[in-house]
Amino acid sequence: MARKTLVLAEARDGGLRHVSYEAIAAGKKVADGGEVVAVLCGDNIASLAQSLGHYGADRILTVENENLKNYTPDGYKQAMMQVIDSEKPEAIVMGHTAIGKDLSAGIASRLNCGLISDVTGIDADGELAFIRPVYAGKAFEKKRIKDGIVFITIRPNNIEALEKDESKEAVVNAFDVVVKDLRTIVKDIVKKTTSGVDLSEAKVIVSGGRGVKSAEGFEPLKELADVLGGAVGASRGACDAGYCDYSMQIGQTGKVVTPDLYIACGISGAIQHLAGMSNSKVIVAINKDPEANIFNVADYGIVGDLFEVVPLLTKYFKEVLQEA
Amino acid sequence: MNIYVIMKRTFDTEEKIAVENGKISDDGVEYIINPYDEYAIEEAIQLRDKHGGEITVVSIGDEETEKELRTALAMGCDKAVLINNEDVEDYDQVSTASILAKFFEDKEFDIILGGNVSVDNGTGQIAPRLADKLGIAHIATIVNLEVAEGKATAERDVEGDIEIIEASLPLLVTAQQGLNEPRYPSLPGIMKAKKKPLEVLELDDLDLDEDDVEGQTEVIDVFLPPKKEAGRILEGELEDQVKELVNSLRSEAKVI
Repeated sequence: MARKTLVLAEARDGGLRHVSYEAIAAGKKVADGGEVVAVLCGDNIASLAQSLGHYGADRILTVENENLKNYTPDGYKQAMMQVIDSEKPEAIVMGHTAIGKDLSAGIASRLNCGLISDVTGIDADGELAFIRPVYAGKAFEKKRIKDGIVFITIRPNNIEALEKDESKEAVVNAFDVVVKDLRTIVKDIVKKTTSGVDLSEAKVIVSGGRGVKSAEGFEPLKELADVLGGAVGASRGACDAGYCDYSMQIGQTGKVVTPDLYIACGISGAIQHLAGMSNSKVIVAINKDPEANIFNVADYGIVGDLFEVVPLLTKYFKEVLQEA
Repeated sequence: MNIYVIMKRTFDTEEKIAVENGKISDDGVEYIINPYDEYAIEEAIQLRDKHGGEITVVSIGDEETEKELRTALAMGCDKAVLINNEDVEDYDQVSTASILAKFFEDKEFDIILGGNVSVDNGTGQIAPRLADKLGIAHIATIVNLEVAEGKATAERDVEGDIEIIEASLPLLVTAQQGLNEPRYPSLPGIMKAKKKPLEVLELDDLDLDEDDVEGQTEVIDVFLPPKKEAGRILEGELEDQVKELVNSLRSEAKVI
């Protein structure tokens, strides 16, 4: 059944977030031959729009307004509701990001419809159904929307984007909206993410546990992450001990991540941590204790002191990546 | 201040999950207050202690939920409300938001606090839905909160960056990890909690029918992820192990 599908694209730091392309791929599946319309909201973002077409969007709407410069639930909800009223989609796909997670729930409430959040897989063979983790990935459920609009958010890094095709040109239209009476005001934004790689979207994560021993102990992990273009995460143990910020925590409390490569350094592997990372594609564990639980989920393990192993890894990766 | 906290009981995060007859088994499972809701409770207590007023903690669930509500009272909340949802079909976030919205319909409040997500279902839908239904503003994933003269200033975690947000009360906020250090209930707190009011409401008491709050999504199947096979522990000299790992990640696993 063909469905006209609206996909929310997201800009961040002057570029499009990769999850936008993944959302288009998901939108294509859900649309089942129906038109896929990408919506890009913000201030001064129109120049980014065309690449959404290269990744499969049939049509693109740019929604520019000075009140959309920063995300606010009021501003984005007003803008998206005007787009929805005009486009009348039969399905909506967003990324399960800070924006998508918040906005989708507000829109679903406004539309009085069901919403399947944090989808990691789409079953479009029979009746349209969606796979999503529960208990942070300790189990999965398959869900469907009973009737009405099909509304999902997708977890970054799980649904593959379509191959980029620069010969595909999609029509880009500006869509005017009225955005007013914002009840929450963004006074300031303090950038804390140093590398600019967000944990939920990172392809490589180097993560530290209690074995890192101090805030300074994270330095070698950061160096390795930099060489691999990845992000640094942490276990609850490391956060509770005050070695790092809670925003880095990976686990059932904290972030759930599924990078291509997860390097666990000095992490014992508590159940609540494993829930947050064990669905990563490849897991490397470095731990002094050969009995550490983390080795049970690791594809590769090195029994040893992370302060010896990690700098060596950085050194050899640097070498081979320079050759490549 | 009139403060409300919305709370959910969840499996302890150290629980393993078993599936029986297409459902997640709760056999012998230990329960806790959803950790993110615990931050909300702690923040509510600090707000009340600073500004005065009263905290009501509200939960939807079966009668067993009384235990976690008593824990919230022992931490320092003043009143508790349990809304029984046992007979709702295809219970989902639409159901929870509709029930809570109905509950709050005739309540006066300055602020509602909750966790930004539950560690079981993990949708993060409830708070934005509730704020929308109540027609109030909300700020999600806060790591700091100051309230003065009817205004709130919050620091909000946005995937690692911090936004400073201002809003007027009444307001709904959701807690992110790092907001505070939740206290443990004290012994006197536990004793006092036994005498604090805990009201149990049926849907009927809220003028709701089971049909009014039926979920709009449906779970077709529940399953465990494929069991991860333990991998290879590398051996030999450390340098050689590291070289082998780098090579394997490039040529075998092809992730670098």
